[in-house]
Amino acid sequence: MSAAQQKGLSSDWPHQLREHKGTLMAFVAFVAMFTIYAANHAAGLNANVATTAANKGALLAIVAIAQTLVVITSGIDLSVGMVMVLANCLASTIVVGTPLMTAVGVAGVLLVGALCGAINGLIVIYGRLQPIVTTIATGAIYYGAALALRRVPGGDIDATLADALTGQLPGGVPASLVLLLALVLIVWLPFQRSSVGRAAYAVGSSEVAAYMSGVPIRRAKFVAYTLSGLLASVAGLFLTCITYSGEASAANGSTYTLYSIAAVVLGGVSLFGGSGSAVGAIFGALMFRTIGDLLFVFNVEPLWQPLFQGIVLLAAVCVGSLRLLRIRNRLDLYG
Amino acid sequence: MHGVSKRYGGVRALENAELAVEAGRIHAVLGENGAGKSTLIKVMSGVVQPDEGSMLLDGKPVHFDSPAAAQAAGIACIFQELSLIPDLSVADNIGISNPPQRFGLIDRKAQRRMAEEALARAGAEGIHPLALVKDLSLSRRQMVEIAKALARKPRILILDEATSALTAADVTKIYAVLKRLRAEGLALVYISHRMHEIAELADECTVFCNGHSVASYAAGTKTDNEVVELMIGREYSAVFPPRNAHVETQSTPVLDVRGLSWPDRLNDVSLELRAGEVIGLGGLDGQGQRELLLALFGVLRGTAGEVRIDGRPVTIAGPHAAKSRAIGMALIPEDRKTEGLMLPMSIRDNLSFAALDTLSRWGIVNASAERAAVERIVQLLAVRCDGTGVPAGSLSGGNQQKLVIGKWLLMAPRILLLNDPTRGIDVGTKQEMYQLLRELAGAGAAILFYSTDYDELVGCCDRVLVMYDGAVIRELVGAEITERALVSNALNIGAEGRHVGRTPGVLS
Repeated sequence: MSAAQQKGLSSDWPHQLREHKGTLMAFVAFVAMFTIYAANHAAGLNANVATTAANKGALLAIVAIAQTLVVITSGIDLSVGMVMVLANCLASTIVVGTPLMTAVGVAGVLLVGALCGAINGLIVIYGRLQPIVTTIATGAIYYGAALALRRVPGGDIDATLADALTGQLPGGVPASLVLLLALVLIVWLPFQRSSVGRAAYAVGSSEVAAYMSGVPIRRAKFVAYTLSGLLASVAGLFLTCITYSGEASAANGSTYTLYSIAAVVLGGVSLFGGSGSAVGAIFGALMFRTIGDLLFVFNVEPLWQPLFQGIVLLAAVCVGSLRLLRIRNRLDLYG
Repeated sequence: MHGVSKRYGGVRALENAELAVEAGRIHAVLGENGAGKSTLIKVMSGVVQPDEGSMLLDGKPVHFDSPAAAQAAGIACIFQELSLIPDLSVADNIGISNPPQRFGLIDRKAQRRMAEEALARAGAEGIHPLALVKDLSLSRRQMVEIAKALARKPRILILDEATSALTAADVTKIYAVLKRLRAEGLALVYISHRMHEIAELADECTVFCNGHSVASYAAGTKTDNEVVELMIGREYSAVFPPRNAHVETQSTPVLDVRGLSWPDRLNDVSLELRAGEVIGLGGLDGQGQRELLLALFGVLRGTAGEVRIDGRPVTIAGPHAAKSRAIGMALIPEDRKTEGLMLPMSIRDNLSFAALDTLSRWGIVNASAERAAVERIVQLLAVRCDGTGVPAGSLSGGNQQKLVIGKWLLMAPRILLLNDPTRGIDVGTKQEMYQLLRELAGAGAAILFYSTDYDELVGCCDRVLVMYDGAVIRELVGAEITERALVSNALNIGAEGRHVGRTPGVLS
């Protein structure tokens, strides 16, 4: 019997369920969709099919984690996709050669990513500009840098690294899922459990209350934006591993930025900030990818994919808005 | 604190204020709206910095440039506007400013123990530490707020109207908690407008008036009436236009409200408003006046009771319905920056918004009619501006407020609701506003006027309804409207045994 029950309180689990509702719903929805997909796949779910699906999903999932970090502070990062593209172009240039050079190259890519995020954070904090405008502008700058690096698609990446990240581990487990798990364990969970992560949630939920509570607002935002840039560059590195080349593709950048927002919403992260988890956003990303795969196994033309993705996204947003029906003071609808 | 002053623009919120608080005592701070109480505690808790004066803690001068600095010095403050973070759990909130850590991460077990301990100290054992704050009732949230302050192990605890949102059961618990804290040697600063609470708890009292600390005395050495005298003592700074000689009292009220209630905030409010009348809403800030106006304007959902316009029962579904020709109601909101004006848009656009229906035909705005109507209003209200094309945000506060009123005058409302329209505007504009209200009433408008400035209620209104805890507790008519009557009724002095909303009768 727990201490809480001894004092006549209800047990813990309803509260924990309440707190993680969005994440759990995303998990359940993803498992349901993936089960339908696997059951109807002509070739059955073998390791190769799973790896291909996992690589596509993991790429978006990493960008979605990056987006989550900023959205939690009630900001939005429209430069994540461009940071990813910049990291892609940089990785295709410097992550080659001897193992040492490769390692230095990886570190360089991650550093540039973190730097991009830090710049976003500093402008938002000290320039007091809206995150949406700031990151559109910086995103364009990062894309410009990517173009300067790589006018035409090309380049290469260390094959050992690429194969290790995109292949399978013994037993057929996709390596990309292990990478995703590692990011959650090394980056996300420590962030969420640290006082600065707590501060990021507090800032997103109510900046005034956070200030009044003596929460380090600036540090929280800075760390959130910097980690976001770092993760976006991990995504760029991973993209290079999949394609074995770099390409300054504006379409790629914009698509991943927008899809990351969709994944965050599907994953139960509130766009108003203050609630949700990167774990939810990961399932949101995987779900978003599975929509396309589902259409494929049911022989629907790929042309319909955007339409269905849109419908699923709208449905998810509607579920999230059900609380608005309970609001008693209509001014709260606009506050 | 010695000689502390704070000015906001030209307004002196606090001037040469003095306050001395001792350990092991409960020090009550009293004063009417705008007397400087809130500014005082904002200075003490590091939210704002004083312009002059000094603060001594244990005899040593201190200076707080942020709430975090004040907390580090052992000052915890429980504000009226809650400082809880809605999306976090109770335990997370209690640990927010200094969470227990292990290996750089938050130790959730330790934090939970800390939260349970703090909740127990605040007499709120019934709150689950993992519950999300946004799911708790207002009263429970306030208890969490108190627990959060206690978790910081403060030496000075400031409570600003801490009991105003509490249920009777929680109030009783808080009394016991506060007395225990006093016995433990904390210094408590207690701001309240409930005289019986102060009688129950306080050891010392300091009265504020117009930003000055006018008197400090040991609790129980002054009668309630003497306290009210101290709280008033302000000079009249305004001249008010004469009232309309005659209001037709037999006519059907334009607005007739019966038993209007809204859960937790409005309690069985009834009033009748006739054409040509100016009715004031009095009472201390936050007693449901704002909610009453919003409810009438159709902004609140789930209200009970009946509203009649010209004797016919109506349901007002929202501001759009309220301003329709059949009802003709306008609300001048409290916060002109967010609810009243679109600051970046031009004066002309702002003025014509509410009346676009009448200025357009088949959805096309008649530009010349619009211009003429706008010019008329700008002249009528003497808005000082360089043409009507400049953004509303470029005007002074007083002129902005004129725009908010002018925007509704364009549609010639029959019922005008005003929510503290003169807050933060200069004296000259206030005079023009009073004149305007009287002219409108003279032309047959019915006006319901909430003001936190008692002078205004005395000078402008035919009748004043004093609100307390969401209910109208007193109606003052004509010569009965004096500042003394307003203050003593707002404090609900001598009425504890009567109807006092949620306040427990046993304590009076």
